[in-house]
Amino acid sequence: MPTLLTVFVKEFLENLRDRRTLLSALLFGPLFGPLLFGLMVSQMLKQSVVESDVPLKITISGGHYAPGLIRYLEGRGAKLTRTELTENEARAAVRNGRSQVVLLVPADYPKLFVDALPAPVLLFADSADSQTRKIADRAKAMLGAYGSTIAQLRLEMRGVSPLLSIPIAVNEVDIATPAGRAVVVLGFMTYFVLFALLMGGLYLAIDSTAGERERGSLEALLSLPVARSALVGGKILATCAYMCISLALSLTAFVCVFRFVHLERIGMSANLSVGTAAIFFGICLPFVPLGATLMTLVASFTRTYREAQTYLTTVLLVPTLPIVFASIYSLKTKSSLMIIPSLSQHLLMTSVLKDEAISLLDVLVSAAASLGLALLMFVLTARHWRRESMLG
Amino acid sequence: MGLNKRFGSIEAARDVSFTARDGEITGLLGANGAGKSTCLRMLYGVLTPDSGKACIDGIDIRGETSKARAHLGVLPHAAGLYNNLTARENIRYFGALHGMEAKRLGARTAELSQALGMEAFIERRAKGFSQGQRIKVALARALVHDPGNVVLDEPTNGLDVMAIRNLREMLLALKAQGRCVLFSSHVMQEVAALCDRVVIIGHGRVLADATLQEIRERSGTATLEEAFLQVLGDAEGVS
Repeated sequence: MPTLLTVFVKEFLENLRDRRTLLSALLFGPLFGPLLFGLMVSQMLKQSVVESDVPLKITISGGHYAPGLIRYLEGRGAKLTRTELTENEARAAVRNGRSQVVLLVPADYPKLFVDALPAPVLLFADSADSQTRKIADRAKAMLGAYGSTIAQLRLEMRGVSPLLSIPIAVNEVDIATPAGRAVVVLGFMTYFVLFALLMGGLYLAIDSTAGERERGSLEALLSLPVARSALVGGKILATCAYMCISLALSLTAFVCVFRFVHLERIGMSANLSVGTAAIFFGICLPFVPLGATLMTLVASFTRTYREAQTYLTTVLLVPTLPIVFASIYSLKTKSSLMIIPSLSQHLLMTSVLKDEAISLLDVLVSAAASLGLALLMFVLTARHWRRESMLG
Repeated sequence: MGLNKRFGSIEAARDVSFTARDGEITGLLGANGAGKSTCLRMLYGVLTPDSGKACIDGIDIRGETSKARAHLGVLPHAAGLYNNLTARENIRYFGALHGMEAKRLGARTAELSQALGMEAFIERRAKGFSQGQRIKVALARALVHDPGNVVLDEPTNGLDVMAIRNLREMLLALKAQGRCVLFSSHVMQEVAALCDRVVIIGHGRVLADATLQEIRERSGTATLEEAFLQVLGDAEGVS
């Protein structure tokens, strides 16, 4: 058996027997992302359902001054609680949470209303609380609609066409496809996928380098009649294998999560079939050797397991930086961006999710850039392993 | 021959030359930090000498590293095992890296297992092994390719009396098989009990290279300990 394969088999087997590492690499890494993602999305769904289906609850004070308004609100399905409060009491009621939104009709409302002058109503709400702000916005919209209805009636009674009060008619045309709208949410997903991919190889990369040194087996290994590049190559290969497993598990978990999260309810089409997941796997595959060589290189410089862990946690964040930049500057898929690993994978996966066609050239450039950088990392790692300082 | 090695401002080895012969046990004796490990490491080629040459069976370790190493079994100072592998798997891994084929590897492992008394734990994972068991597996690992030369760096460190006794027997058995055994130690009694020849190292220099008998005669003292102190004392006077 050639050295490379011997080392690969041994590292693979050894890692397979380590429950703790296996648990974090193949369970925590791949499942954490999809579960968190599922939780986030279903929470978002719940909130949007609350908004449209639940009747608007308003506490109203001085309702007898404005019977028309009351009838209008009740006709639109609002649930009104009638009380009599002073201005200060209304303020307190909102502050201590007894009522979310209080509508106060002052005593001078009927007179001003009859005189066709602006009749004041006071709407108490806490805009710092996102839940009450939404209710207040709905109440405001309803009051506004009542106001314009009254205005049009008044114009008509004076023989003026109510259309005069509507100089322009705005028709919003939303060009986002349902899948496009989902991308904001799904942007998280590509990060979780890359995270799981790296997590899968993290512990093996540490164990086969810093771990080997710490437990004192490195010197015996280095005094064998084998090429160091083959030794480190076998180790990296085993790391790659675990990363692929982790990636596959993570994508499988995402496919399952998408079955249970009903994105179509908020007008998003969840485009993650098994076929799409397979495409994702293909897109991410060239990133695997890059991650493996990078982690092995960094871990090779460290003396202990703990030290390696500290440094590699930082390395885990590196691939996220381009993704963060991409979302800040809202970068679109461009061929020139395909030379940046992790960003190119992110953009390609996002495009697939948006139902956009991706060009084969882009995929090839992305793969070549990642693999080229991986090769460079490998050369650097092998060179470090040939140094005397490797003994520590 | 004429090995030199410098780490920054520290000269770890200065013109070190000695020969270890087949069928003999050669002891490399010196205080901690005298340069024993550095010499051995240059010998098995994980350190490159600044000048000089180290040969195994006449093969230059720098020129033909792989070929020279095939003739050499190494038990480094830190001889850790893979805890998640069984004793057999630990040995098999090294054998496979030596390029041994499965059949010969299996036979050789069985042979070593019997010779070193490892049958009881050969299929167990190394996680809970005692120091004595560990050293046996590490030694078997170093001997798996049946090398003519064996280098051991402070092999008795951390071993209890029984394990040291066992190791001594193992080394004598290797000598009886006609192998060249070279081991380092800072414990004089060990060297006195085992070695045919002693190379005394101090401050990176060879202070003496002779048989036990010669060293005692030369210094005119009865015990090796006194002879050792005298050799070191002379060196202090010189340097």
